[in-house]
Amino acid sequence: MRWYLKAVGPKKVFEFLVLVVFIVFFLGPLLNLAILAFTGNWVYPDVLPKEWSLKWWSFVLEQDEIASSIGLSFLIAAIVTAVSIVICIPAAYAFARIRFPLSRFFLFSFLLTNAFPKMGLYISIAVLFYRLDLMNTLLGVVLIHLINVLMFMTWIPTSAFRNVHAAQEESARDAGASPFRVFRSITLPMAMPGIAVASIFTFLNSLDEAQGTFLVGIPNYRTMPVIMYSIISDYPAYAGAVFSIILTAPTIILLLAARRFLSADVMSSGFQLK
Amino acid sequence: MDIQLSIQNLTKRYKTGDGVTDISLDVRKGELITLLGPSGCGKTTVLRSIGGFLEPDSGEILIENKSVLKTPPEKRPTAMVFQSYNLWPHMTVYDNLAFGLKIRKMKKAEMDFAITEVLKLIRMSGSEKKHPGELSGGQQQRIAVARALLLKPAVLLLDEPFSALDAKLRHEMREELREIQSKTGLTMVFVTHDQEEALSISDRIVVMNHGHIEQIASPQEIYDEPKSLFAAQFIGKMNFLKGVVSADQVIIQNLAFPNPKRLTGEVSIAIRPENVILQDGEETGLSGSVKQIMILGHYAEVSVDVQPFGIIRSFQPRDQVKHLHSGQKVKVNFSKALAFPAV
Repeated sequence: MRWYLKAVGPKKVFEFLVLVVFIVFFLGPLLNLAILAFTGNWVYPDVLPKEWSLKWWSFVLEQDEIASSIGLSFLIAAIVTAVSIVICIPAAYAFARIRFPLSRFFLFSFLLTNAFPKMGLYISIAVLFYRLDLMNTLLGVVLIHLINVLMFMTWIPTSAFRNVHAAQEESARDAGASPFRVFRSITLPMAMPGIAVASIFTFLNSLDEAQGTFLVGIPNYRTMPVIMYSIISDYPAYAGAVFSIILTAPTIILLLAARRFLSADVMSSGFQLK
Repeated sequence: MDIQLSIQNLTKRYKTGDGVTDISLDVRKGELITLLGPSGCGKTTVLRSIGGFLEPDSGEILIENKSVLKTPPEKRPTAMVFQSYNLWPHMTVYDNLAFGLKIRKMKKAEMDFAITEVLKLIRMSGSEKKHPGELSGGQQQRIAVARALLLKPAVLLLDEPFSALDAKLRHEMREELREIQSKTGLTMVFVTHDQEEALSISDRIVVMNHGHIEQIASPQEIYDEPKSLFAAQFIGKMNFLKGVVSADQVIIQNLAFPNPKRLTGEVSIAIRPENVILQDGEETGLSGSVKQIMILGHYAEVSVDVQPFGIIRSFQPRDQVKHLHSGQKVKVNFSKALAFPAV
């Protein structure tokens, strides 16, 4: 045993230990969740369940409310992503290309929504929403979700647009392209990785948003995470496990799909204040 | 004489005070003209005004006798090669080259033929499917030149296109550009701050400083007869000495030179290193002592300490410096000296 450790060297041993710790802390809970979700009967102190079954899956999926909440969540996430693209991409382009007074202040102001405690912000917004009759409306929920994603959706594309050099746009003008065509064929495709990353974050963020939706959307707009709260408190842990897998699945699928866009580079350059 | 490009009284001033004033310049068809000057002298401003990326405050720009001032860059008969970031990384070389042709609605077969031909011209045949990221800096600039050539511009504009490349590659690219120019007969306006580059490729050089033109002439003439002290300083190596005019001769200590410009009083005298003659101690001339001898290939640079003027550099044939050693007393004479009004 000892000769083996010596042969592989302390660095390898250390890396192995880090990997083990990572697996225990990161994959452990997920594994536990997966086991719980497929459990029929599991009594302490058994390591694995005595009986496996899909009964909690059918229980969860049979609840009308849950199925509809999944649909609603995806609908809202799609609307939020679409609306935020329409609002934020032109803003990001303006921040990246046009020099206007206080542009840095405006860009910075998008950070402010994330600087306050969320609940306090939501409550003050709720007061406003009551006045405007936006409580318990789809528009209200979408607006609340937008507040959370404005920062991602402006900062990351802004840096993506900044990375398109003026010479690259000017070359295209020079080759005969109108300003609109330059944006469509050169600037937008080149900024696409950044925009894609921001959109995915927006989608996932909206899918995951519970606090604001709970405050503004109840009782008519009950999304997945909102339902999750009640399931966790009302039903055994098994149902909660099934539900959290359903909630996690789209995140993992989207992140895998977006893997080729995702890089630390895109992320970090998005959060520089230039 | 066909004037392809005519700039008349062009003025463009920035808020910072930089810019150009009253630039007038005629470029003949098939000519390669270089705008040369230190950074901030306004050479790029002139080039970008021709390309349509800057709107001049006043003046006129004519290409083939038609004013282009009101024309946006995409409609101008110009093509530009920038210093860097010319290519679009999300497109293959073929798509980069075809972009402008597609906008011009060229037929696919014609386009393929033109692209194959132009890649042959820049010696990069077979790279159609590569992405710009897979090319070296020199290859990327070649593709950029090729894209500009495909547009068949009336005037090709080059904005320090080789300055980001290493010295050896820069040399090669210069030669290639000259070759392309003789093959295509294109009119080119080339911007550079590198006087060596300007001397080697230009038909004519426009020396610019502080937003105005100091001199327009052929490389030979600029080298031999710089009109101003600035042009003399900026182009080639030069020794500068102080002298005075007396009895219509330019006098440096015991040496006298003609005074064709009819200057008076104190003057600055410019002497090329190759016009410095080193002689034994008995001859007439400025006395100095050899400070350093550097062998630079087929010639040698000998620096001589001449009091009170300071160091004078001279170029000597290599076999003539064999008997020289540092500290040796010599007499310095000049075969040619240019006088300018003292600053």
